[in-house]
Amino acid sequence: MATQHSRSAARFMMAPAVILLLGWMLVPLSMTLVFSFKKYLPLRGGDLGWIGFDNYVRFVSSSAFWPSVQTTLIIVGGVLVITIIFGILLSILLDQPMWGQGIVRILVIAPFFVMPTVSALVWKNMLMDPVNGLFAHLWKAFGAQPVEWLSDASLFSIILIVSWQWLPFATLILLTAIQSLDSEQLEAAEMDGAPPLARFGFIILPHLARAITIVILIQTIFLLAIFAEIFVTTSGAFGTRTLTYLIYQRVLESQNVGLGSAGGVYAIILANIIAIFLMRIVGKNLDA
Amino acid sequence: MGQITLKQITKNFGDVQVIPPLDLQINDGEFVVFVGPSGCGKSTLLRLIAGLEDTTSGEIDIDGRNATEVPPAKRGLAMVFQSYALYPHMTVRKNIAFPLRMAGLDKDAQNAKVESAAEVLNLTDYLDRRPGQLSGGQRQRVAIGRAIVREPDAFLFDEPLSNLDAALRVNMRLEISELHQTLKTTMIYVTHDQVEAMTMADKIVVLQAGVIEQVGTPLELYHTPKNKFVAGFIGSPKMNFLHGSFSAGYSAESIGVRPEHITVSKTEGTWKGVVGVSEHLGSDTFLYVDIEGQKTAITVRSSGEVGVRHGDTVFLTPDPEKIHRFDNQGLRIA
Repeated sequence: MATQHSRSAARFMMAPAVILLLGWMLVPLSMTLVFSFKKYLPLRGGDLGWIGFDNYVRFVSSSAFWPSVQTTLIIVGGVLVITIIFGILLSILLDQPMWGQGIVRILVIAPFFVMPTVSALVWKNMLMDPVNGLFAHLWKAFGAQPVEWLSDASLFSIILIVSWQWLPFATLILLTAIQSLDSEQLEAAEMDGAPPLARFGFIILPHLARAITIVILIQTIFLLAIFAEIFVTTSGAFGTRTLTYLIYQRVLESQNVGLGSAGGVYAIILANIIAIFLMRIVGKNLDA
Repeated sequence: MGQITLKQITKNFGDVQVIPPLDLQINDGEFVVFVGPSGCGKSTLLRLIAGLEDTTSGEIDIDGRNATEVPPAKRGLAMVFQSYALYPHMTVRKNIAFPLRMAGLDKDAQNAKVESAAEVLNLTDYLDRRPGQLSGGQRQRVAIGRAIVREPDAFLFDEPLSNLDAALRVNMRLEISELHQTLKTTMIYVTHDQVEAMTMADKIVVLQAGVIEQVGTPLELYHTPKNKFVAGFIGSPKMNFLHGSFSAGYSAESIGVRPEHITVSKTEGTWKGVVGVSEHLGSDTFLYVDIEGQKTAITVRSSGEVGVRHGDTVFLTPDPEKIHRFDNQGLRIA
């Protein structure tokens, strides 16, 4: 087999996937770029021509911009902290031999299969509702005043909902990492006189470092774009307006496509900055 | 001090008894090798002594104190694992210092001990590398270093050389024997390789299915094996066993002759046979000879070159002094 032939055959067969991916990504990206330099108000005159960097300046100077960046970072950071801490604890727990291990593991993954809209609605109406929610009943059972989760602790509530969705992902990756740890290493540490906590700190945690960075990388990229949870629960009110949500509001609620597109470009830049940082961390970890 | 006494210990995994009641005495400063085919319970026995497995019943005494319920770290034993079990994210220095750090020793004392151990093991140049950057033999030495710095009462080795290539294995075998001469500490060594057992041990414990078949010095096992299993397991190539008409004249159920105790002649001898495969090693020649009335070929070891070919007829004569006789229980008749 001539490699020349197999190479061109490979290219030919990859082409549909590549073209589809390019179309999927390049077309919206270039449209966003084009719109971001235009004054484009669909209900107020349509395309009103090129205006240079005006949209970019306006988006950043808006009083809603910095709070939304802050909110985004709080949500991403909060979810990461919760999913990784509880992910590690859960994966250690699931790694213990127990009865019904297979079923328990499937149940743990379950939240990941629930659509974000659905899980947000379930949390909003069944758990967090101040009148009928389970939490309200629980609070009342202890004689306490039910918390109005989504208005009084709105940011925390959203972090809670999103963490619940992403915990299975973190748990799963960390569980496989824990399972790949050579048990002789733990036994050696035990013989070397390391108590359980030291074994966790010196052996298990360093072994998990790579898996943790991968969880951080993947989750950050997805968490920067969370939208459904906010749309369904608070609609961006009570300080839960993230960058993604702000862009949505600019485009659809204010009907200013140009301004929203400029925001989109900022979001792309932000995501790429974070991605580059994380890639470098992961790269360093992979070298070790 | 490193005297270890096992009294009637047993170990069950679920319903399966892997070690039936077993007694063993290991004296201070001895190099004891547990040898046996895979699955014979030798590693389990070592792990019971280490405390990594709990005994089902019985008692383990270390230096006269009952250590059955003592956690592994407090038994004063150090173990070298088959996979070396080095901590991959730590440098060699940190790996070796780990037990000292866990014991709460201060930094200077740690460094002093690590460096003296590294000197003994020729690891000084590698102290700041990670295990991933070392060769198999070097990793093995790091694992030994980590055991040495603890100054344990006894060392436990769990098939430490099985991951090394043949040449390195011979080297490491010598190094471990040398180490035993220097430290004079009790060492318990598990292997399935009878050559390692013969070359290193003061005392060999031959195990089969969790049962001790025989305990003795290498030469005791070679010259006076208690039964057919030990006779067949110790010695390379394996002992030849003959039954029926061959053993009738010796008033035994079967007889055993080691390949090195048979002389080959082209003209006359006790048994007539046809040469099958012959292996020429230069120093020795191994012949596999088919003789009439015997299913398996007889292995013969002759020193030097023997000029026979496949298909040649030869005569074999066993050394009558070196024939082992076994009764119908497989026990050796003295």
